[in-house]
Amino acid sequence: MVFINNTEAQIREMLSAIGLKSIEDLFSEIPRECRVEGDLGLPHPLSELELDRHMQRLAGLNRSAQEVSCFLGGGCYDHFIPAVVDALASRPEFVTAYTPYQPEASQGTLQAMFEYQTLLARLAAMDVSNASMYDGASAAAEAVLMSVEITGRQKVVLAGTIHPEYRQVIGTYLQNYPALLHVVDYRQGVCDVGEVARIVDEKTACLVVQHPNFFGCLEPVDRLGQLAKQAGALFVAIFNPISLGVLRPPGDYGADIAVAEGQPLGIPMSFGGPFLGVLVCRQDYLRRMPGRLVGQTVDRNGRRCFVLTLQTREQHIRREKATSNICTNQGLMALRAAIYLAALGGAGLRRLAELCLKKAHYAARQLSTVPGLSLRFRAPFFHEFVLQDAYGKVAERLTALAGDGVFVGPALGKWYPDLADCFLVAVTEKRTKEEIDRLVDLCRKWGAQLGAKTEARTKEALASSR
Amino acid sequence: MYENYGTRTIFELDKQGCSAVSWPAVDVPEQRLEELLPEEYLRGDVPPLPELAEPDLVRHYSILASRNMCVDSHFYPLGSCTMKYNPKRHERWAALPGFSDLHPYQPADSLQGLLALLYELQQMLAALAGLDAVSLHPAAGAQGELTALLIATAYFRSRGEKRRFVLVPDVAHGTNPASAKMAGLEVVQVRSSPEGIADPEIVAQHLSPETAVFMITNPNTLGLFERHIRRLCEMVHAVGALVYLDGANMNAICGIAQPGKFGVDMMHFNTHKTFSTPHGGGGPGAGPVAVTARLAPFLPVPVVVYENGRYRLDDNRPQSIGRVRSFFGNVGVLIRTYCYLRTLGAEGLRRVAQHAVLNANYLMYKVSQVLPIPYNRRCMHEFVASAAKVKAERNISAMDIAKRLLDYGFHAPTVYFPLVVREALMIEPTETESRETLDAFAAALEAIISEDPELLHQAPHRMPISRPDEVRAARQPQLTWGEGSS
Repeated sequence: MVFINNTEAQIREMLSAIGLKSIEDLFSEIPRECRVEGDLGLPHPLSELELDRHMQRLAGLNRSAQEVSCFLGGGCYDHFIPAVVDALASRPEFVTAYTPYQPEASQGTLQAMFEYQTLLARLAAMDVSNASMYDGASAAAEAVLMSVEITGRQKVVLAGTIHPEYRQVIGTYLQNYPALLHVVDYRQGVCDVGEVARIVDEKTACLVVQHPNFFGCLEPVDRLGQLAKQAGALFVAIFNPISLGVLRPPGDYGADIAVAEGQPLGIPMSFGGPFLGVLVCRQDYLRRMPGRLVGQTVDRNGRRCFVLTLQTREQHIRREKATSNICTNQGLMALRAAIYLAALGGAGLRRLAELCLKKAHYAARQLSTVPGLSLRFRAPFFHEFVLQDAYGKVAERLTALAGDGVFVGPALGKWYPDLADCFLVAVTEKRTKEEIDRLVDLCRKWGAQLGAKTEARTKEALASSR
Repeated sequence: MYENYGTRTIFELDKQGCSAVSWPAVDVPEQRLEELLPEEYLRGDVPPLPELAEPDLVRHYSILASRNMCVDSHFYPLGSCTMKYNPKRHERWAALPGFSDLHPYQPADSLQGLLALLYELQQMLAALAGLDAVSLHPAAGAQGELTALLIATAYFRSRGEKRRFVLVPDVAHGTNPASAKMAGLEVVQVRSSPEGIADPEIVAQHLSPETAVFMITNPNTLGLFERHIRRLCEMVHAVGALVYLDGANMNAICGIAQPGKFGVDMMHFNTHKTFSTPHGGGGPGAGPVAVTARLAPFLPVPVVVYENGRYRLDDNRPQSIGRVRSFFGNVGVLIRTYCYLRTLGAEGLRRVAQHAVLNANYLMYKVSQVLPIPYNRRCMHEFVASAAKVKAERNISAMDIAKRLLDYGFHAPTVYFPLVVREALMIEPTETESRETLDAFAAALEAIISEDPELLHQAPHRMPISRPDEVRAARQPQLTWGEGSS
């Protein structure tokens, strides 16, 4: 077998050294009734060549973003990944290392994570970052649990404009807690400030807001932050790291804890994972943070070095008194994000954010000239926006576009029944003007065909009624 | 090379004005930012990030890489971590654009290859578990534990039962009690028998109508097979509670024994242990959960289903605990898992377990000639040696040995865990190490314990750094680069 180094002769010698005749004897402690009997029904093993063919075939049955124009959004975005990110993050010294519990053997990983923490804290203008969570949604859930612990309060207020799947994950994490979830309605695509003012009170642990929100719209974050602060609640912001190339960062608008999906920072879409949960907060809450932290110190010779620190917050030391159960995190994805941010630099990130913003606004302007399509909300947006389909045929429209090699969406009806005639459009730097114009043309043609059909049907109906 | 070169942080290499990325010009009609967004939202500055050109960037991370041990280059006998070889072929397949460049919201028709793979993976994992249904969502073992405990509480809720206790053996991983707390349950720690395994009589004392779940790791963290597992499961079921198997140590028994036959109701696999997906310096992993048919309705949404010749994601499951994360699991990791299972098949997995256990027993025999093994019975994938005697006689601690092993070119074993062994060294060789490596490791241990204790207290001597001041790191936490960093 290709992953085993010992020869038959060595196996015999090893067995004889431990006084056994057969390799089966090693399992004498396992009762018969616990053993596998007969065939497990797993497929036959394949050689590398055969499996290569099989995997190529399976991959070929999918349509990758490289074969289409991808205008899909909703928390995962088709950004360009520079080759340098793949090349460095695929080095086996990073890929095949374990959690850096032995600092002398792990300075590479530790320093990279320390730099990641610094990069994310700087980007978000917050004091500290941990060394990663699973994804944006679980990071948001952990931020909520953190808020409940810190404040000792049991009411959690979520903007209705945060990613619906994040809302669901927060609900799952809280299902056995006494904490009560309140979801605030939206108005014109953003959080209803009046309702927030009514709901957020002295019993509220936190107010969770996404900015830009799930609809792509910018929230009145300063006002929302003030309302949380007045009630003594924590202000939890969910941000898009790319947007911070142009938008004010969470630390600047009063966030106490900020979380993000780190996927846009050089991580492949990969059908939704592995991604990166970013969690940053103010210094005051450091000791309530979940997950690993890397700190700077010196070795016995006074040389600067890095170690995992404040581990008494963690499960392997504190067991049920830990701040979270998280152990394995998304280290390699955090490394990708760090390399990506360092590759772009501040000016590069700003250029990137501007590209996304300008292209998205061009697309929105053009698409809203198409008969039957209009922008659903008037609020300012970053690189994603909601279109309303006057024909109410969102599923058919998106399917037709996919047939023409353009992926657009997701449709919003699944999460927002009142937006059943709406869908999202996201525009990254990868979309050219040509692709945007083609999308506009396809929408126009589709609308015209539908219009013609509707007209024909109406005529028919009129004719038959006569 | 200057010693200090590699320790420069990326912030000290910052040269404002450089960049490793150039973006295309704006191809849509140009508009100023202020025309597109109200000024109150805009940041006035450029984000404060370091700027480097590509050559400096590559050198920086290459130097960092050279300051890591990894399983490609070193023996990594970390107990309970299963640091086995990670096949290169998996990396190539997972990176195919037909897998890596798929958006989670693209139409199911454009995903039939991936959904077929995930569906088949659900089936294969269920077969290996000897259980009925699988969720691929959990991002890691700990999230698998939390998912399963939430499934258990939802199940009891559906029956109108209120149960609040989770029994956890004293040798369990810390994630078990931490997950129980996150699931809103209370932890009861259960003492192990003098043999190092769960004792049915002790467990019986803790069982009550309020017991929700008994969590057990089998083989356990002492590397011992829990021989009473079937009886334990019967006892737990007799009070109406459920059994959860922490699958962290499945590498010893996968394909040989089936947890479903033990009588367990739920379990997780650690794909980054048993199925050889890379650890990535801390993650990502994946912690798929398998359950019995009666718990299947409570699994997280969505699951992959196959109907009328098509695969699709099903999230219309009214009894589900809901979502445990966004989108659909750590798919890139799950693809590698699938490849591993297709490469090995059932027979290959059996051989993996056999060789993992053979290597562990052979190495235990070699190490026992140097250090005592307090629970010296047939071990499974790992064993725990104790440095208590050399500590008493020569003042050489488990930590000293661990640090000195680095000088010999071996990653350190897990130390001071499990807590039931004093001066513990928990050693798991895995199946992918050769006899020559195991012999060399045992020889290094033997050499180390006769070395000058002073030399050992100061070890390592040949690594990029010597022992860090961890107390200072914790007392004056410096978690970002800035003032006072240089």
